[in-house]
Amino acid sequence: MSARALKQNMKGYAFISPFIIGFLAFTFIPIVASLYFSFTQYNLFASPTWIGLENYKKMFTEDPRYWQSLKVTLIYVFAGVPLRLGFALFIAMVLNTASRAVGLYRTLFYLPSLIGGSVAVAIMWRNIFGDEGIINLLLAFFSIPDVRWFGDPTAALWMLIFLSVWQFGSSMLIFLAGLKGIPMTYYEAASVDGANFWQKFTKITLPMLSPVILFNTIMQTIAAFMTFVPAFIISKGTGGPLDGTLLYSLYLFIQGFEFFNMGYASAMAWIMLIIVGILTAIIFATSKFWVHYESEGGK
Amino acid sequence: MQTNTEINTASKRFEMPNVKKPKWWIYHILVGGFAVLMLYPVIWLLMSSFKPSDTIFVTAQSLIPDPFILSNFAQGWEGIGGNSFGVFIKNTVVLVIITMIGQVISSAVIAFGFARLSFFGKSFWFALMMVTLMLPYEVVMIPQYIIFSKLGWLDSIKPIAVPAYFGHPFFIFLLVQFIRTIPRELDEAATIDGCGTFKIFYKIILPLIRPALATVSIFSFYWTWDNLLGPVLYLNSPDKYTVSMALNMFLSNETVSNWGAMFAMSIVTLIPVFVIFFLFQRHVVEGISTSGLKG
Repeated sequence: MSARALKQNMKGYAFISPFIIGFLAFTFIPIVASLYFSFTQYNLFASPTWIGLENYKKMFTEDPRYWQSLKVTLIYVFAGVPLRLGFALFIAMVLNTASRAVGLYRTLFYLPSLIGGSVAVAIMWRNIFGDEGIINLLLAFFSIPDVRWFGDPTAALWMLIFLSVWQFGSSMLIFLAGLKGIPMTYYEAASVDGANFWQKFTKITLPMLSPVILFNTIMQTIAAFMTFVPAFIISKGTGGPLDGTLLYSLYLFIQGFEFFNMGYASAMAWIMLIIVGILTAIIFATSKFWVHYESEGGK
Repeated sequence: MQTNTEINTASKRFEMPNVKKPKWWIYHILVGGFAVLMLYPVIWLLMSSFKPSDTIFVTAQSLIPDPFILSNFAQGWEGIGGNSFGVFIKNTVVLVIITMIGQVISSAVIAFGFARLSFFGKSFWFALMMVTLMLPYEVVMIPQYIIFSKLGWLDSIKPIAVPAYFGHPFFIFLLVQFIRTIPRELDEAATIDGCGTFKIFYKIILPLIRPALATVSIFSFYWTWDNLLGPVLYLNSPDKYTVSMALNMFLSNETVSNWGAMFAMSIVTLIPVFVIFFLFQRHVVEGISTSGLKG
């Protein structure tokens, strides 16, 4: 290697060195460590003792709460993400017009997403769904009987799903940017050929947006799988009622930091990593059937 | 371009007879009404914070506080365990500033390396960074906690603030995209004028990526301001709590039913988020639209 090339490499590594150091210290070493801890019993105070696959065995065969948390999380992800993205796409299409008020609407619809991650909103959500909350008042107005959102595990989970759908704003912004990128001439040409709204939607809008939809689906699925704050706040850290809101992250947190089963929680984290990896791989694998990448110059 | 215009006029000629004048007022009633419905819970929260605690749920259907009181704010401001809410706000602001400085500077330096320098193994490291972007935090949470506890960093903001100085994958990605749009001729001209690599970064690139740095700063603020898991894990003494942690404690202490104070402080924690958004709306919207930053 010439002195010049060496210098070039050194410069490059000097600039990205914070990333490399941070990656090693805060990601790589912890991941390896968590794999090791997952084979141990460790409560943070005594040294870890090696117990082989015991944690994994317990998780899959002896811990109904684990299965409950997995079930609840999968429902949360597979109901919440499609609803949220479908909603985001629908509103984005409604807003994709020439009206001057669109900027204002865009802002208003984005606001829930902006504040959605905060504790304040989780507290708010907890209270509007309370027994005397406005949601039940609204239901009463349509003469639908009260739902006891905190009494029924299924209702409580849907309360969380609604909270996630309510925050469709950031996906909507991404879809809006995508829609703006579709040349109007495509639609005009389709109109000339007599295409109706549905044909334009399925033959132009969806294919043209498909890379954005893919990106959104992957990121939202991962984020949904990791959801913690709303479940933690709304159930006051218990995952109740009857473990109905015991999302995976919350159960992992409870195992790790309430019961101090660090080994067990690490095993849970590794299974989570594997599940998220598989989900991402499946979404990517199916993408070649539905994602349309436009080559240079259109069509 | 000419063909486009032709198609344009053609389509107009074909469609004009069928298309009715769009009923804009119907559109605005539907879309505007829906927007109000979406925001109703927030408005309800705001209005309830001016109601006496014992009437909040009795009069939940009415938005108008009657009587209108401000004592919820005074009561909430008293805080927890002898620490006023001002202490929590101060703690959070300090954490936000320390974190933001770290994330912005380190991400900019790293992004410059990825976007402008060529070195052995660059694509490997970049790919690795993109993978960490999708990595669930839970996987590193437990070992990180153990490491930080061995370092004696528990009950301090160090575990939250120090990692910020090693770049954030989302921000690096956003800045790399932005730097790539800057013509390389500028760097080359500067090199001819005798600028070294660092000077190019500092004098040429940094001033040009200011809009992207603003976006990064804003999101850094949001994520730190809202962060609950970090404070729940690492902060034990009430005098070190951040606002999200304080609200969490309000909820767990929720004696009898002092809803009013809790709602009032919830509103207080939302105000900076709204203010920053309305001041820098363009940066927020562009940040999300172009890179998919989670809002």
